Amino acid sequence: MRIAVCIKQVPDSTQVKVDPATGTLIRAGVPSILNPYDHYALECALKLKKETGAEVCVVSMGPPQAQEVVRLALALGADRGILLSDRAFAGSDTWATSYALSQALRHLGGVDLIMCGVMAIDGDTAQTGPGIACQLGIPQITFCDEISVAGTTVRAKRLIEGGHETVEAGFPALATMSLPHEYERAYPSFRQIAAAQEKPYEVWTVATIHADPKFLGLNGSPTRVDRVYAPSARERGTIFTGSPAEIVARFLEILKQENFVK
Amino acid sequence: MITVSEKCVGCTKCVSACPFGATEMRGKKAVITDKCTLCGACVEVCPVKAISIGRQELTGDISGYSGVWIFTELADSPDGGHSVRPVTFELLSAGRGLAEKLGEKLCAVVIGKNAAVHTAELAAYGAEKIYVCENENAEHYTTDLYANIMVSLIKKHKPAIVLYPSTYVGRDLAPRIASELYVGLTADCTGLSIKEGNLLQTRPAFGGNIMADILCPGARPQMATVRPNVMKKNEPQPGRTAEVVCENVAVDKDKLRVRIVERHLDHRHCGGKIEDSEVVISGGRGMKDDKGFKLLAGLAEQLGGCVGASRAAVDMGLHPKSHQVGQSGTTVSPKLYVACGISGAVQHVVGMSGAETIIAVNKDPNAPIFNVCKYGFVGDARQVVEKITESLKNGK
Repeated sequence: MRIAVCIKQVPDSTQVKVDPATGTLIRAGVPSILNPYDHYALECALKLKKETGAEVCVVSMGPPQAQEVVRLALALGADRGILLSDRAFAGSDTWATSYALSQALRHLGGVDLIMCGVMAIDGDTAQTGPGIACQLGIPQITFCDEISVAGTTVRAKRLIEGGHETVEAGFPALATMSLPHEYERAYPSFRQIAAAQEKPYEVWTVATIHADPKFLGLNGSPTRVDRVYAPSARERGTIFTGSPAEIVARFLEILKQENFVK
Repeated sequence: MITVSEKCVGCTKCVSACPFGATEMRGKKAVITDKCTLCGACVEVCPVKAISIGRQELTGDISGYSGVWIFTELADSPDGGHSVRPVTFELLSAGRGLAEKLGEKLCAVVIGKNAAVHTAELAAYGAEKIYVCENENAEHYTTDLYANIMVSLIKKHKPAIVLYPSTYVGRDLAPRIASELYVGLTADCTGLSIKEGNLLQTRPAFGGNIMADILCPGARPQMATVRPNVMKKNEPQPGRTAEVVCENVAVDKDKLRVRIVERHLDHRHCGGKIEDSEVVISGGRGMKDDKGFKLLAGLAEQLGGCVGASRAAVDMGLHPKSHQVGQSGTTVSPKLYVACGISGAVQHVVGMSGAETIIAVNKDPNAPIFNVCKYGFVGDARQVVEKITESLKNGK
């Protein structure tokens, strides 16, 4: 069995600070991390590897520095790492990204199960996973928080509005993983990191995956960013400062005034 | 494709704006390196407009596409049947304005086992034409069936715009359709309008405190998803009628590749569903620990509300993900929203700015949350919440 996990390097949004003067984000010096949803998808794939002996390949599309997350995945136990990197991919929206990744997965070949994070924390779209499944013409199971494999069938517990459902599909299939409620990301040990230095990763370009350049990058993307701007500030409300007792008294007054307490 | 012109004055603003560290200064001029992903952040901050990104537009045939379509989401009702999920009415209300602006028809598409029973309600909320697609396999939503039906209806009737709810169903279905049709899709829009005949879609971008307007000028239909509670619902007008078109789309059983084994609905999330609560007390990093969140629960109990959290607090393990308010969580529009120890990044603000009254408590007087609240208190949120709760308990 071969499992491919699609992973993305993202800025760590928990480390991003807001500039109080301009209200915009201070991006400089923000560390990059493996997208947490992808991290969980990778850990689920590695668990399946333990249970079934599957081979786990990770594929990441991104600029050259995205090799960091490919190396992290190798250190965590992935067998093979592929960095899909080419200037022609830059500016791809979710459509063009799923096209590029699906071409890479075709080129990889023999993949039974594709696993992705539900979404990346820098875009929150959740569109790339279903996009890849569609391009490859295979079934998708999205928003899973548990996944298992029996023979050539994948079974997953997925979120639905107000509950869960358990579904099954035959190979090949694509699953997108949501974060379970209690989840601690696993990080590699020094020994694993050292061992991973021996594992080479591959760099693939547009030519490697036989992608049609007209479907890639900005020009191949159906969506276009028309304008980017700071959100319009609402009228600033009334701001109170004072001793704790004064604040509490004023707060209670407002709750009464606005009829939230009788 | 990205170029820096002679106009560059070496101000370095683009260097700090770049999320990828792809902008460098060489000889007092900005240089874009290989790390660039063409996100456009530098283009926006450049005060002299020296940076530009060139692109070609898609040149698909967009003639003959007309009408605004709303995908109707059905929910299980307790009697074993189905009811229309309220977000559908919000979408119809938003779609109404778009259709009027374009001078085109507002249409609803409803797929289900007994889909026809919902037409009167959809008409009351403004649908002029309703495509009804009944299918014996459509008892519950499955990707393959719904995507096959939607793709064939879109190809046949050529709508200009299709809107989906940003729910588990909509977020599973819409990207599958967009990928199949090679059209754009914008997730979780917070605003929709018409610009020169195109759908202008607004959403927070780059995981940050910045909004983006997105267009899909070269492909049709233009598709977007919208969260529940984002668009305002119009009053229904019972008795309005709509043209009903029955569409029987046959989908081979072997195309239905994912089988539902078991379904389990559970509405018992800690203290009720946050999106339906009239009072939401939310905590952020400033609540510090579990004890801080216990204080919030105390206040929520006094005011008859639910406890929500910012992403920071959820990431710290202080509150379940299901109660995260914001761009990657739930959108709420309660009567009262109290933000405690939440700085107010735009991802959070888009999830709660529809609240009628926002009260914020934060010890940092410069916290952006103070720009969106009606009443702001500069102080220690834990202390304030504890004292308020005590006073309310004692009936003061």
